[in-house]
Amino acid sequence: MLLFIIDFRVNRSPFMIAYVVKSLAQAVLVMLAVALVAFSMFRFIGDPVSNLVGQEATLQDREELARDLGLMDPFPVQFARFVSNAAQLQFGVSYRQGRPVADLLAERLPATVELALLSALFALVVGIALGVYTAIYRNGLLSHMILSVSLIGVSLPTFLIGIGLIWLFAVELRWLPSFGRGDVVKIGWWSTGLLTTSGLKSLVMPVLTLGFYQLTLIMRLVRSEMLETMRTDYVKFARARGVPERTIWFRHALKNTMVPVMTIAGLQLGGVIAFAIVTESVFQWPGLGALFVQAVQFVDIPVMAAYLMFVAFVFVVTNLVVDLLYFALDPRLRGAGPASAH
Amino acid sequence: MTAIDDTPKPRITLKARLARAWDSDLAWSFRHSPVAMIAAAMTVILLAASLGANWIAPQDAFDPAALNLLDAYTRPGEAGMGTNTVYLLGTDNQGRDLFSAILYGSRVSLFVGFSSVAFSVVMGVGLGLLAGYVGGRTDAIIMRVADIQLSFPAILIALLFFGVARGLIPPSQHEQMAIWVLIVAIGLSNWAQYARTVRGSTMVERNKEYVQAARVMGRPAFFIMARHILPNVTGPVLVIATINLALAIIEEATLSFLGVGVPATQPSLGTLIRFGQQYLFSGEWWILFFPALALVLLALSINLLGDWLRDALNPKLR
Repeated sequence: MLLFIIDFRVNRSPFMIAYVVKSLAQAVLVMLAVALVAFSMFRFIGDPVSNLVGQEATLQDREELARDLGLMDPFPVQFARFVSNAAQLQFGVSYRQGRPVADLLAERLPATVELALLSALFALVVGIALGVYTAIYRNGLLSHMILSVSLIGVSLPTFLIGIGLIWLFAVELRWLPSFGRGDVVKIGWWSTGLLTTSGLKSLVMPVLTLGFYQLTLIMRLVRSEMLETMRTDYVKFARARGVPERTIWFRHALKNTMVPVMTIAGLQLGGVIAFAIVTESVFQWPGLGALFVQAVQFVDIPVMAAYLMFVAFVFVVTNLVVDLLYFALDPRLRGAGPASAH
Repeated sequence: MTAIDDTPKPRITLKARLARAWDSDLAWSFRHSPVAMIAAAMTVILLAASLGANWIAPQDAFDPAALNLLDAYTRPGEAGMGTNTVYLLGTDNQGRDLFSAILYGSRVSLFVGFSSVAFSVVMGVGLGLLAGYVGGRTDAIIMRVADIQLSFPAILIALLFFGVARGLIPPSQHEQMAIWVLIVAIGLSNWAQYARTVRGSTMVERNKEYVQAARVMGRPAFFIMARHILPNVTGPVLVIATINLALAIIEEATLSFLGVGVPATQPSLGTLIRFGQQYLFSGEWWILFFPALALVLLALSINLLGDWLRDALNPKLR
């Protein structure tokens, strides 16, 4: 994000501005489309009035309530109201729990965010390290083992990986707790599991489960990109000049893999949040994903709609940031615009 | 894969046809890939076993009358306390033979997998043909929806659809409709890939001479799409469908594991794993392990088959 801002100041070509505006417009359009889906769910599934009034409400009461809720207004007006409410994070009241959806989300957001960010970090650090290793020692026995394990692991469903870890670390070895977040510390409205031992212990298995798929993805990407770079002329030239191998690996090859790796890592962050649904259910992690699964089971439409909007927002923002980062990281893209007269 | 030709052909005997199939590139590559052969054998065995569950299974696993509670928690390979029958893979908490349960369970898994893939193929190929052939605004709308959908994980879309469908269907029908809702949910979450692929090849095909000729002859657009373009764009669809079959089976297992899939009266492999998970801590490992193993073997062999098919049909990758 920071890189992009710096770059934006230095390089304020009309092309760049057009690019930013276009990306932003697209993001807004996608959000509106998702909002329309969420609103339709809200409006047309079940009867919002029945969900609010008691059994003994008269027809008149119901009509009054419907008018109060604005259900008599024309569709575009209702949709506009929905969008403006959503922008202020008001998604109504949960049918099942009878509490504002915004409160429910705020309560569970920290658990999911900590899980997702740590998983992404784990995938990135270990993925890059293993990718570099398997590229450098590409005919080594260990490299082959790493690659085949990752291949088998990818075809395992996420929930089975989680159950396997529980069996190993919680049942057999008894090292780690099998469910929940452990003790959490409150910092303002945010609750964190990062400051207590039991909180950190509880994070290990969910992070491994959630990060595994992304890890293999990043590892393969780094490996193939590095092997690609090692074949280029400038690496051959560097070798001929007598530059040490180590410098070639890390200065030339690894640095060049960063653009695609950052792109994929950014785009996968949305996927991490979505797959947290499964991981959270396996480990009974009190996050947004588990909340969503419950909402689906009990047809709690306001929670479903709000979760949909949340995921869409995360996706759109990460896509946007990656779009712009890409532009900032890769100098070749900048000059390519119609505005720059080279 | 060839264009339609209307001249009467000489009768081809079955033997000649088999010989030609044996000599084809695909068969050659199959014969030279041990992985593909093992995967295919595995798939066929699992498929046959689940289709023949009625005859193979020693027990009608989901008929409560067939169960004996005294046989509950029998270890694999041991005889039950009540009926003294030997259970190859052990029994669960109700004395249900796990081997039979897995056979019936994989039948549900495979049924949902095949049906949802069929649903997404029909939907995706249809919309892809339409987008590629008609172009213009139709194309823009279909492809934009596909783009948006492709950027969300399938599991999320399936869950969302499942929830919506539950809201629309009256609660008394939930049990009966669950399996169909599941099929549509998984199917809907995977159509975009087919649409994108088919649209691409349709746009290439529609400008070729044979399509122009058909158009000049006054063939209706639907006929041209179905009869002329469709046969030429099916290659990649087959590859995607095979790989997606494995994904659909995993997706179904995941949804059932989360408790939003098939009803408990018709358990799939995912449901069995969900039940088995409860016994992880009490030492009855087989209730969880064998259904999980069956799921992994099923998904893995179909996946490997799909990988092989992709490489075999695309000589550039070899």
